[in-house]
Amino acid sequence: MYEGAIQDLIDELGRLPGIGPKSAQRIAFHIIQSERVDISRLTDALRTVKERVKFCTECGNITEEELCRICRDPRRDQTAICVVEESKDVISIEKTREFRGKYHVLGGAISPIDGIGPENLRIRELMVRLASTEIQEIIIATDPNLEGEATAAYLARALKPLGMKVSRLASGLPVGGDLEYADEITLGRAFEGRRTLDS
Amino acid sequence: MAVYRDQAVVLRTQKLGEADRIITLFTKEHGRLRAVAKGVRRTKSKFGARLEPTSFVDLQLYAGKTFDIVTQAQSIENFGEALATDYKNWTTANSILEAAERFTENEHEPALQQFNLVVGALRALAHDTYDSSLILDAYLLRSLGVAGFAPSMTTCSKCDLPGPHKYFSLVGGGSVCVDCRPSAAATPAPQTLSLMANLMTGDWNGAVESEPRSRREASGLIAAYLQWHLERGLRSLPLVERI
Ligand SMILES: [Zn+2]
Ligand SMILES: [Zn+2]
Repeated sequence: MYEGAIQDLIDELGRLPGIGPKSAQRIAFHIIQSERVDISRLTDALRTVKERVKFCTECGNITEEELCRICRDPRRDQTAICVVEESKDVISIEKTREFRGKYHVLGGAISPIDGIGPENLRIRELMVRLASTEIQEIIIATDPNLEGEATAAYLARALKPLGMKVSRLASGLPVGGDLEYADEITLGRAFEGRRTLDS
Repeated sequence: MAVYRDQAVVLRTQKLGEADRIITLFTKEHGRLRAVAKGVRRTKSKFGARLEPTSFVDLQLYAGKTFDIVTQAQSIENFGEALATDYKNWTTANSILEAAERFTENEHEPALQQFNLVVGALRALAHDTYDSSLILDAYLLRSLGVAGFAPSMTTCSKCDLPGPHKYFSLVGGGSVCVDCRPSAAATPAPQTLSLMANLMTGDWNGAVESEPRSRREASGLIAAYLQWHLERGLRSLPLVERI
């Protein structure tokens, strides 16, 4: 344990996702040894991002406007929606160039052990959106791991009464990983070979 | 003990760094412990889906300073697919895992009876052996029993007067007679108490005969009893889908 400001910084950094105690300490000491001007750039970037970036009111993707770049684009296919866990998954799928429709970002996966149920994700927003638009096909692209699978199972069941075509990315994706680590070719193939869910 | 082998159920996973995860394991011989699985989030990881919550695996671990490191994982039984594709099963399994984590208070303390209960409950759930809600309640009751909190179902838990009694008390340890009952005692239906007794002893023939009303009442009592003994409730329990 250090004292005062340095320990406060280590504690704050340690609360960031994926940063363990050792990394937090390493970053904190890097910051202490950095030039003041470099740190100003970092704090400015942190402040600006929090001021400017918000969530798209239609799909939940990150944006600096009311609507994100994809929702604003009239050339996108208005009849297909791809449901993903996080904004970074939108980026991964865009790279494949396989999908020309719109997205819906849930904000995570259903994880009861962490206290995260359907109510904590943007599922109600998805239902509202589907009721008021011309969507015909829904592609569920949650992570290829069990939490993603369970979230897909929940969605498929909730969407069934709407009578739309619901499909899940093909199992070319090995289960266990995160969508963001699938290479473009694998992910592209998974899109082509998506299977219809009938449960 | 640099490298060791053990069987384990994966209770929980958390992202770590770029592509790793911290895996909370319930091992057969070393109790609950946390280990790091390197590169497991990459879609081409050698671990595949073998280190996901509910996985029942044979592991090789390397004892590290803060966390042990998983070096090999082989599947013993694969419950994951059956559990994740059915939302009711998944929420139930999550509660079993969370309860197991809470019932194993200290890391590295072997808890073989608890371990066997977890494996048995996940297996019954994956194979749809009984109604998922009954499996969960039986698991919770027996875990409470292993932890030394078995509620009494017939004799008075205060004075040992043979029952069955009308009153059930969280504070009092289950059934209580009319003289011993605290003011907050519940008065569950006799069928509810007999269902709980069946779940506790593993009398499934009796348990599956129970009415939905008794099951609901038993679930409520068990949840309250559990919360009383664990000091705070399970986060996943309100999210469990019960039909
Ligand atoms: Zn949008
Ligand atoms: Zn008594």
